[in-house]
Amino acid sequence: MPGASGAPSATGEPLLSLRGVSKSFGAVQALTDIDLEVHAGEVVALVGDNGAGKSTLVKVLAGVHQPSSGTFLFDGRPVTLGGPSDAIDLGIATVFQDLALCENLSVVDNLFLGRELSPLALDETTMEVRSWELLRSLSAKIPTVRIPIASLSGGQRQTVAIARSLLGDPRLIMLDEPTAALGVAQTAEVLAMIRRVSERGLGVVVISHNMEDVRQVADRVVVLRLGRNNGVFDARTVTTQTLVGAITGAEDHR
Amino acid sequence: MTTQTTQPALDRTDERLTGDAGARGLVRSSIRNIRDGDLGFLPVIIGLVIIAVIFQILNPVFLSSANLVNLALDSAAVGVISLGIVFVLLVGEIDLSVGSLSGFSAAIMAVLFVRHGVNLGLAVLIACLVACAIGLLYGVLLTKFGMPSFVASLAGLLAFLGLQLAILGSQGSINLPYDSGLVQFAQLAFLPAPVSYALAAVFALGFLLSRLDRRRRRARANLSTTPLSLLVVGTVLLLLALEFAFWYLNQARGVGWMVITFLVMVLVANYAITRTKWGRSLLAVGGNREAARRSGINVNGIYWSAFVLTALLACVGGLLSAGRLASANLSSGTGDVNLNAIAAAVIGGTSLFGGRGSAFSALLGTLVIGAIASGLTLLNLESSWRFVITGVVLAVAVGIDSLARRSRASHGRA
Repeated sequence: MPGASGAPSATGEPLLSLRGVSKSFGAVQALTDIDLEVHAGEVVALVGDNGAGKSTLVKVLAGVHQPSSGTFLFDGRPVTLGGPSDAIDLGIATVFQDLALCENLSVVDNLFLGRELSPLALDETTMEVRSWELLRSLSAKIPTVRIPIASLSGGQRQTVAIARSLLGDPRLIMLDEPTAALGVAQTAEVLAMIRRVSERGLGVVVISHNMEDVRQVADRVVVLRLGRNNGVFDARTVTTQTLVGAITGAEDHR
Repeated sequence: MTTQTTQPALDRTDERLTGDAGARGLVRSSIRNIRDGDLGFLPVIIGLVIIAVIFQILNPVFLSSANLVNLALDSAAVGVISLGIVFVLLVGEIDLSVGSLSGFSAAIMAVLFVRHGVNLGLAVLIACLVACAIGLLYGVLLTKFGMPSFVASLAGLLAFLGLQLAILGSQGSINLPYDSGLVQFAQLAFLPAPVSYALAAVFALGFLLSRLDRRRRRARANLSTTPLSLLVVGTVLLLLALEFAFWYLNQARGVGWMVITFLVMVLVANYAITRTKWGRSLLAVGGNREAARRSGINVNGIYWSAFVLTALLACVGGLLSAGRLASANLSSGTGDVNLNAIAAAVIGGTSLFGGRGSAFSALLGTLVIGAIASGLTLLNLESSWRFVITGVVLAVAVGIDSLARRSRASHGRA
């Protein structure tokens, strides 16, 4: 697969590229002149303090917010996202922090929610088989796909949410705080899954507060501070100290 | 069966799964489900048996064929209204006006048909269209104005009762001619005995064929399957139960077409809820509205369809009971009709909190409510006590539901 090596400075056209993107809400300048590049097969971590603009940036990428100015290139072509469905059509999938799963429905039901096979006589068999194939390919540890989401642990739910976003064959997937509420083992499991997703040749953007997780899973780390870029680092060489400095503003990397 | 020993089914490979394969495993897992609070239809079936035993001891007429024929016919009309309630409950909303809506619809039909000489079919159609418009109104009030359906339908309850009284006028009662199709259908249309037995066989065969089809598909995809023996036993039991029930009713007047209509409506509703994308969307909206929206489900459309269906079925139920009484009057759809229809759905196991429920809950719940009403009437109890007892049964049913819900939560089930 292209970019499977996950090299930080992957050559060739970036999958996603933002140039000078700004977003303001009335008098509040939430994002100012943001540059961001994501290549296929690459994991980019987005870090920053509360209010740094991470969530706003993700919402711009997901088509929830429209940027006030700047260019948005996807696959080298300029695009404008009128709404979340435009982003999905382009191949940008987002897993929000609240996961948005229906707890009363089973794993299969949730995976295929909104895109059920044969709407008038649901093809449960094929949906179940495809669910198993997908979960196996992610090495997900879910004992049975016929139990309601309510019975699953936090890590398993995260797994289902990620798997669901993959069903639409996206090219870029964004994860908002995927390890926020997870234990040690579950965190490791989800991080491993994020690597497997990128090995499939997808671009991955991960928002996280945990510097250890970031250095473990990401290829590059993009730091935001007060709505501006504050440095891009190679995740394999950067120290936690440098990252914290960039996040808090002790060091200026603009 | 032979291949399963060499290669486990695709969905049975996780070592944490305890062996639920085979007939014995199925029994074991059902016992575990019940212990964890996944009660299914068990409480309502036990409740029905208790009610039947008590009333039979108090008055031996209760379980007679003649009384059960009446019970079935009475239940069918309320059951249709209750089936509608299942749809709004599934999306986590409520329609408190189904009673007055049913009375209002009956009044519209009767006024058009009897006073204005409109063709019966057209009168029925107009009543249905008015009901659909009212359902759509509730849906729009909820989705566009954010008005809780609780309040909107409570307002509707009063308003449509008023309209019912207004169009019935000073006489307050319209008798439907006995030879009209509706009265004939609701009072006198019974299946000939052989047809009823054949129909019971068709139901059982349909059950078997659909299960066999599912089994074949799952086997082909290397998924675990229900043991064939269990399917056959289930089908035979279903067949015997249906044949016996129909035979018993045939000892008196027989199986009413109205009853069959209700049963078929329940089956169709069950298919729509469990086997179509629309039904899945209903459950999703009731479970987590925001998740449903983000999955690309047209949430507003789902709400509207649920409210429209509820209102339409309330109308149909109202027309059927008008036919059964051969009249539409001031008391049509008033009194306990509202509460009975809602209570039936809840007693049958459809959750008031949305996202959980089944079309069969309307059937079973209506039988409970109908059995209590019929038993108390046989005992010559005043309606005051009927209200009290029905109220207590509803409280017990919701109490069991809430307890089971808590138990499910603590055992990690939805």
